Amino acid sequence: MMENHDRVLEQAALWRAEGAGVALATVTATWGSAPRPAGSQLAVHADGRMIGSVSGGCIEGAVVVEAQDIIQTGKPRLLEFGVSNSQAWEVGLACGGRIKVFVERVE
Amino acid sequence: MHKQILDQLIKDRADKRAVALATNLVTGEEVVLYPSGAPKNELEQQVNIALREDRARTVETAEGEVFINVFNPPLRLLIAGAVHIAQPLARMAALTGYDVTIIDPRRAFATADRFPGVTLLSEWPDAGVAALQPDARTAIVTLTHDPKLDDAALHTALNSDSFYIGCLGSKKTHAARLERLRMAGFDEAALARIHGPVGLAIGAKSPAEIAVSILAQLTATLRGGAVS
Repeated sequence: MMENHDRVLEQAALWRAEGAGVALATVTATWGSAPRPAGSQLAVHADGRMIGSVSGGCIEGAVVVEAQDIIQTGKPRLLEFGVSNSQAWEVGLACGGRIKVFVERVE
Repeated sequence: MHKQILDQLIKDRADKRAVALATNLVTGEEVVLYPSGAPKNELEQQVNIALREDRARTVETAEGEVFINVFNPPLRLLIAGAVHIAQPLARMAALTGYDVTIIDPRRAFATADRFPGVTLLSEWPDAGVAALQPDARTAIVTLTHDPKLDDAALHTALNSDSFYIGCLGSKKTHAARLERLRMAGFDEAALARIHGPVGLAIGAKSPAEIAVSILAQLTATLRGGAVS
Protein backbone atom coordinates (compact mmCIF):
# COMPACT_ATOMS: atom_id res chain seq x y z
CA MET A 1 0.00 0.00 0.00
CA MET A 2 1.81 3.16 -1.16
CA GLU A 3 0.09 6.44 -0.44
CA ASN A 4 -0.80 8.80 -3.24
CA HIS A 5 1.30 11.68 -1.85
CA ASP A 6 4.43 9.52 -2.15
CA ARG A 7 3.80 8.62 -5.79
CA VAL A 8 5.55 11.56 -7.43
CA LEU A 9 7.72 9.55 -9.85
CA GLU A 10 4.86 7.18 -10.68
CA GLN A 11 2.54 10.10 -11.48
CA ALA A 12 5.24 11.75 -13.61
CA ALA A 13 5.57 8.53 -15.63
CA LEU A 14 1.78 8.26 -16.02
CA TRP A 15 1.47 11.83 -17.33
CA ARG A 16 4.40 11.22 -19.69
CA ALA A 17 2.79 8.01 -20.95
CA GLU A 18 -0.34 10.03 -21.74
CA GLY A 19 1.82 12.17 -24.02
CA ALA A 20 1.95 15.23 -21.78
CA GLY A 21 5.04 17.36 -21.18
CA VAL A 22 6.32 16.73 -17.66
CA ALA A 23 9.03 18.24 -15.49
CA LEU A 24 10.50 17.02 -12.25
CA ALA A 25 11.67 19.45 -9.54
CA THR A 26 13.99 18.20 -6.77
CA VAL A 27 15.25 20.04 -3.69
CA THR A 28 19.05 19.66 -3.83
CA ALA A 29 20.15 21.79 -0.90
CA THR A 30 18.65 23.66 2.04
CA TRP A 31 19.96 26.23 4.52
CA GLY A 32 18.21 27.32 7.68
CA SER A 33 14.68 26.25 8.42
CA ALA A 34 13.58 24.92 5.04
CA PRO A 35 10.27 23.06 5.16
CA ARG A 36 11.23 20.04 3.01
CA PRO A 37 14.60 18.25 3.06
CA ALA A 38 16.94 17.71 0.10
CA GLY A 39 15.57 14.99 -2.14
CA SER A 40 11.94 16.15 -1.90
CA GLN A 41 10.26 16.17 -5.30
CA LEU A 42 7.47 17.85 -7.21
CA ALA A 43 6.25 16.61 -10.60
CA VAL A 44 4.70 19.23 -12.89
CA HIS A 45 2.33 18.59 -15.80
CA ALA A 46 2.53 20.99 -18.75
CA ASP A 47 -1.00 22.18 -17.89
CA GLY A 48 0.11 23.24 -14.40
CA ARG A 49 -1.07 20.26 -12.39
CA MET A 50 1.39 19.10 -9.75
CA ILE A 51 2.02 16.32 -7.24
CA GLY A 52 4.47 16.29 -4.34
CA SER A 53 6.18 19.35 -2.88
CA VAL A 54 9.49 21.21 -2.61
CA SER A 55 8.42 23.55 0.17
CA GLY A 56 5.47 24.17 2.43
CA GLY A 57 3.62 25.71 -0.50
CA CYS A 58 5.63 28.95 -0.56
CA ILE A 59 7.46 28.47 -3.86
CA GLU A 60 5.54 25.76 -5.69
CA GLY A 61 3.77 28.39 -7.81
CA ALA A 62 7.07 29.82 -9.02
CA VAL A 63 8.55 26.36 -9.62
CA VAL A 64 5.54 25.39 -11.76
CA VAL A 65 6.05 28.48 -13.96
CA GLU A 66 9.76 27.66 -14.39
CA ALA A 67 8.93 24.00 -15.00
CA GLN A 68 6.48 24.88 -17.77
CA ASP A 69 9.27 26.85 -19.46
CA ILE A 70 11.73 23.95 -19.04
CA ILE A 71 9.15 21.57 -20.54
CA GLN A 72 9.34 23.80 -23.65
CA THR A 73 13.12 24.27 -23.85
CA GLY A 74 14.33 20.95 -22.39
CA LYS A 75 17.17 22.76 -20.62
CA PRO A 76 17.46 21.78 -16.94
CA ARG A 77 17.92 24.61 -14.46
CA LEU A 78 19.06 24.99 -10.86
CA LEU A 79 16.79 27.52 -9.12
CA GLU A 80 17.53 29.23 -5.84
CA PHE A 81 14.97 30.68 -3.46
CA GLY A 82 15.68 32.74 -0.38
CA VAL A 83 13.85 34.64 2.28
CA SER A 84 10.86 36.57 1.06
CA ASN A 85 10.40 40.17 2.07
CA SER A 86 7.22 42.16 2.34
CA GLN A 87 7.02 42.89 -1.38
CA ALA A 88 4.15 40.78 -2.57
CA TRP A 89 5.61 40.07 -6.01
CA GLU A 90 8.71 38.40 -4.67
CA VAL A 91 8.68 34.63 -4.26
CA GLY A 92 10.44 33.27 -1.24
CA LEU A 93 10.30 31.31 1.95
CA ALA A 94 8.55 33.02 4.84
CA CYS A 95 10.32 30.70 7.29
CA GLY A 96 13.68 32.35 6.61
CA GLY A 97 15.30 29.39 4.90
CA ARG A 98 17.04 29.17 1.55
CA ILE A 99 16.75 26.26 -0.89
CA LYS A 100 18.02 25.13 -4.27
CA VAL A 101 15.69 23.29 -6.62
CA PHE A 102 16.83 21.40 -9.73
CA VAL A 103 14.19 21.31 -12.46
CA GLU A 104 14.47 18.97 -15.44
CA ARG A 105 12.23 17.78 -18.22
CA VAL A 106 11.17 14.12 -18.35
CA GLU A 107 12.20 13.06 -21.85
CA MET B 1 15.60 12.87 -17.07
CA HIS B 2 15.43 10.06 -19.57
CA LYS B 3 12.28 7.95 -19.49
CA GLN B 4 14.41 4.78 -19.00
CA ILE B 5 15.92 6.27 -15.83
CA LEU B 6 12.50 7.24 -14.48
CA ASP B 7 11.14 3.76 -15.28
CA GLN B 8 14.15 2.12 -13.61
CA LEU B 9 13.64 4.16 -10.42
CA ILE B 10 9.94 3.27 -10.37
CA LYS B 11 10.72 -0.41 -10.92
CA ASP B 12 13.36 -0.49 -8.17
CA ARG B 13 10.95 1.20 -5.76
CA ALA B 14 8.23 -1.30 -6.63
CA ASP B 15 10.73 -4.13 -6.07
CA LYS B 16 11.74 -2.49 -2.75
CA ARG B 17 15.37 -2.25 -3.76
CA ALA B 18 17.58 0.57 -2.42
CA VAL B 19 18.55 2.83 -5.32
CA ALA B 20 20.21 6.22 -5.80
CA LEU B 21 20.08 8.73 -8.62
CA ALA B 22 23.18 10.82 -9.29
CA THR B 23 22.46 14.03 -11.21
CA ASN B 24 25.14 16.36 -12.54
CA LEU B 25 23.66 19.74 -11.66
CA VAL B 26 25.60 21.47 -14.45
CA THR B 27 24.90 19.17 -17.38
CA GLY B 28 21.77 17.38 -16.16
CA GLU B 29 23.40 14.00 -16.89
CA GLU B 30 22.04 11.23 -14.72
CA VAL B 31 22.98 7.73 -13.64
CA VAL B 32 21.17 5.16 -11.49
CA LEU B 33 23.39 3.57 -8.81
CA TYR B 34 23.02 0.86 -6.19
CA PRO B 35 24.75 0.15 -2.89
CA SER B 36 28.17 -1.29 -3.63
CA GLY B 37 30.09 -3.79 -1.49
CA ALA B 38 33.31 -2.68 -3.15
CA PRO B 39 32.94 0.95 -4.28
CA LYS B 40 35.07 1.59 -7.36
CA ASN B 41 35.17 5.38 -7.07
CA GLU B 42 34.34 8.40 -4.93
CA LEU B 43 30.80 8.62 -6.33
CA GLU B 44 29.96 5.02 -5.40
CA GLN B 45 31.35 5.62 -1.90
CA GLN B 46 29.17 8.70 -1.54
CA VAL B 47 26.14 6.74 -2.76
CA ASN B 48 26.78 4.13 -0.07
CA ILE B 49 26.92 6.83 2.61
CA ALA B 50 23.79 8.57 1.34
CA LEU B 51 21.80 5.32 1.31
CA ARG B 52 23.08 4.30 4.73
CA GLU B 53 22.15 7.69 6.22
CA ASP B 54 18.95 7.78 4.16
CA ARG B 55 19.80 11.36 3.26
CA ALA B 56 20.40 13.05 -0.09
CA ARG B 57 23.74 14.80 -0.56
CA THR B 58 25.71 16.89 -3.04
CA VAL B 59 29.30 15.98 -3.91
CA GLU B 60 31.97 17.91 -5.79
CA THR B 61 33.43 16.07 -8.76
CA ALA B 62 35.79 16.99 -11.60
CA GLU B 63 32.68 17.35 -13.79
CA GLY B 64 30.93 19.72 -11.37
CA GLU B 65 28.44 19.32 -8.55
CA VAL B 66 26.62 15.99 -8.47
CA PHE B 67 23.44 15.59 -6.44
CA ILE B 68 22.75 12.12 -5.04
CA ASN B 69 19.11 11.44 -4.28
CA VAL B 70 18.26 8.31 -2.29
CA PHE B 71 15.28 6.03 -2.66
CA ASN B 72 15.46 3.51 0.15
CA PRO B 73 12.75 0.89 0.44
CA PRO B 74 10.01 2.04 2.79
CA LEU B 75 10.37 1.65 6.54
CA ARG B 76 8.50 -1.42 7.74
CA LEU B 77 6.09 -1.87 10.59
CA LEU B 78 5.34 -5.41 11.76
CA ILE B 79 2.25 -5.64 13.94
CA ALA B 80 1.64 -8.76 16.01
CA GLY B 81 -2.08 -9.01 16.57
CA ALA B 82 -4.86 -8.27 14.09
CA VAL B 83 -6.87 -6.58 16.84
CA HIS B 84 -9.04 -3.45 16.73
CA ILE B 85 -6.14 -1.03 17.38
CA ALA B 86 -4.27 -2.60 14.46
CA GLN B 87 -6.94 -1.30 12.06
CA PRO B 88 -6.31 2.46 12.50
CA LEU B 89 -2.60 1.81 13.21
CA ALA B 90 -2.10 0.01 9.88
CA ARG B 91 -3.85 2.80 7.94
CA MET B 92 -2.09 5.67 9.70
CA ALA B 93 1.29 3.93 9.44
CA ALA B 94 0.79 3.49 5.69
CA LEU B 95 0.05 7.22 5.42
CA THR B 96 3.24 7.89 7.37
CA GLY B 97 5.23 5.87 4.84
CA TYR B 98 5.49 2.44 6.45
CA ASP B 99 5.11 -0.83 4.63
CA VAL B 100 2.84 -2.62 7.10
CA THR B 101 2.51 -6.36 7.77
CA ILE B 102 0.11 -7.76 10.33
CA ILE B 103 0.94 -11.13 11.85
CA ASP B 104 -1.75 -13.19 13.56
CA PRO B 105 -2.36 -16.94 13.43
CA ARG B 106 -6.01 -16.45 14.40
CA ARG B 107 -7.84 -16.41 11.09
CA ALA B 108 -10.97 -14.82 12.54
CA PHE B 109 -8.94 -11.67 13.28
CA ALA B 110 -6.59 -11.45 10.29
CA THR B 111 -9.12 -11.00 7.50
CA ALA B 112 -8.98 -8.86 4.37
CA ASP B 113 -12.37 -7.42 5.37
CA ARG B 114 -10.91 -5.98 8.54
CA PHE B 115 -7.62 -4.93 6.90
CA PRO B 116 -8.22 -3.96 3.27
CA GLY B 117 -4.98 -3.52 1.33
CA VAL B 118 -2.76 -4.60 4.24
CA THR B 119 -0.38 -7.56 4.02
CA LEU B 120 -1.56 -10.26 6.43
CA LEU B 121 0.61 -13.11 7.59
CA SER B 122 -1.18 -16.05 9.16
CA GLU B 123 1.73 -17.28 11.24
CA TRP B 124 2.70 -17.65 14.84
CA PRO B 125 4.40 -14.28 15.66
CA ASP B 126 7.91 -15.65 16.31
CA ALA B 127 7.98 -17.45 12.97
CA GLY B 128 6.21 -14.55 11.24
CA VAL B 129 8.59 -11.88 12.54
CA ALA B 130 11.63 -14.08 11.85
CA ALA B 131 10.49 -14.79 8.29
CA LEU B 132 10.31 -11.04 7.60
CA GLN B 133 13.93 -10.55 8.76
CA PRO B 134 13.53 -7.28 10.66
CA ASP B 135 16.42 -4.85 10.15
CA ALA B 136 17.38 -1.37 11.35
CA ARG B 137 14.57 0.13 9.20
CA THR B 138 11.89 -2.06 10.82
CA ALA B 139 9.60 -1.35 13.78
CA ILE B 140 7.73 -4.06 15.67
CA VAL B 141 4.61 -3.54 17.76
CA THR B 142 2.78 -6.24 19.72
CA LEU B 143 -0.91 -5.71 20.38
CA THR B 144 -2.42 -9.09 21.25
CA HIS B 145 -2.41 -8.90 25.10
CA ASP B 146 -1.79 -12.64 24.92
CA PRO B 147 1.65 -13.57 26.33
CA LYS B 148 1.79 -16.68 24.15
CA LEU B 149 1.61 -14.49 21.03
CA ASP B 150 3.28 -11.26 22.21
CA ASP B 151 6.26 -12.93 23.89
CA ALA B 152 6.88 -15.07 20.84
CA ALA B 153 7.12 -11.93 18.69
CA LEU B 154 9.29 -10.20 21.29
CA HIS B 155 11.87 -12.96 21.47
CA THR B 156 12.48 -12.59 17.76
CA ALA B 157 12.26 -8.79 17.87
CA LEU B 158 14.85 -8.49 20.64
CA ASN B 159 17.27 -10.61 18.64
CA SER B 160 16.96 -8.27 15.63
CA ASP B 161 18.27 -4.76 14.82
CA SER B 162 14.75 -3.30 14.68
CA PHE B 163 14.82 0.40 15.57
CA TYR B 164 11.61 0.31 17.62
CA ILE B 165 9.86 -2.31 19.71
CA GLY B 166 6.57 -1.43 21.41
CA CYS B 167 4.16 -3.51 23.48
CA LEU B 168 0.56 -2.75 24.28
CA GLY B 169 -0.49 -3.40 27.87
CA SER B 170 -0.78 -1.71 31.24
CA LYS B 171 2.20 -0.95 33.48
CA LYS B 172 1.33 -4.06 35.46
CA THR B 173 1.11 -6.23 32.34
CA HIS B 174 4.38 -4.77 31.14
CA ALA B 175 6.17 -5.45 34.44
CA ALA B 176 5.04 -9.09 34.24
CA ARG B 177 6.20 -9.24 30.64
CA LEU B 178 9.66 -7.91 31.53
CA GLU B 179 9.92 -10.49 34.30
CA ARG B 180 9.12 -13.31 31.87
CA LEU B 181 11.73 -11.98 29.44
CA ARG B 182 14.34 -11.80 32.23
CA MET B 183 13.57 -15.43 33.07
CA ALA B 184 14.03 -16.22 29.39
CA GLY B 185 17.53 -14.77 29.58
CA PHE B 186 17.23 -11.25 28.16
CA ASP B 187 19.42 -8.67 29.91
CA GLU B 188 18.42 -5.16 31.02
CA ALA B 189 19.93 -3.54 27.93
CA ALA B 190 17.68 -5.68 25.75
CA LEU B 191 14.61 -4.97 27.88
CA ALA B 192 15.34 -1.23 27.76
CA ARG B 193 14.68 -1.35 24.01
CA ILE B 194 11.02 -2.11 24.64
CA HIS B 195 8.56 0.76 24.74
CA GLY B 196 5.90 -0.35 27.19
CA PRO B 197 3.20 0.59 27.77
CA VAL B 198 3.40 1.44 24.07
CA GLY B 199 2.96 5.00 22.78
CA LEU B 200 3.40 8.51 24.10
CA ALA B 201 1.36 9.37 27.17
CA ILE B 202 -1.17 11.68 25.50
CA GLY B 203 -4.19 10.29 27.29
CA ALA B 204 -5.27 8.29 24.23
CA LYS B 205 -8.54 6.40 24.69
CA SER B 206 -9.93 5.19 21.35
CA PRO B 207 -8.07 2.74 19.09
CA ALA B 208 -7.36 5.57 16.64
CA GLU B 209 -5.97 7.81 19.38
CA ILE B 210 -3.78 4.97 20.63
CA ALA B 211 -2.53 4.55 17.05
CA VAL B 212 -1.61 8.26 17.01
CA SER B 213 0.34 7.87 20.26
CA ILE B 214 2.20 4.82 18.90
CA LEU B 215 3.07 6.55 15.62
CA ALA B 216 4.22 9.67 17.48
CA GLN B 217 6.57 7.56 19.61
CA LEU B 218 7.79 5.67 16.54
CA THR B 219 8.53 8.94 14.76
CA ALA B 220 10.31 10.42 17.79
CA THR B 221 12.49 7.28 18.02
CA LEU B 222 13.24 7.25 14.30
CA ARG B 223 14.07 10.94 14.00
CA GLY B 224 15.67 11.40 17.41
CA GLY B 225 13.07 14.02 18.24
CA ALA B 226 12.59 15.41 21.73
CA VAL B 227 9.32 14.49 23.38
CA SER B 228 8.04 17.34 25.52
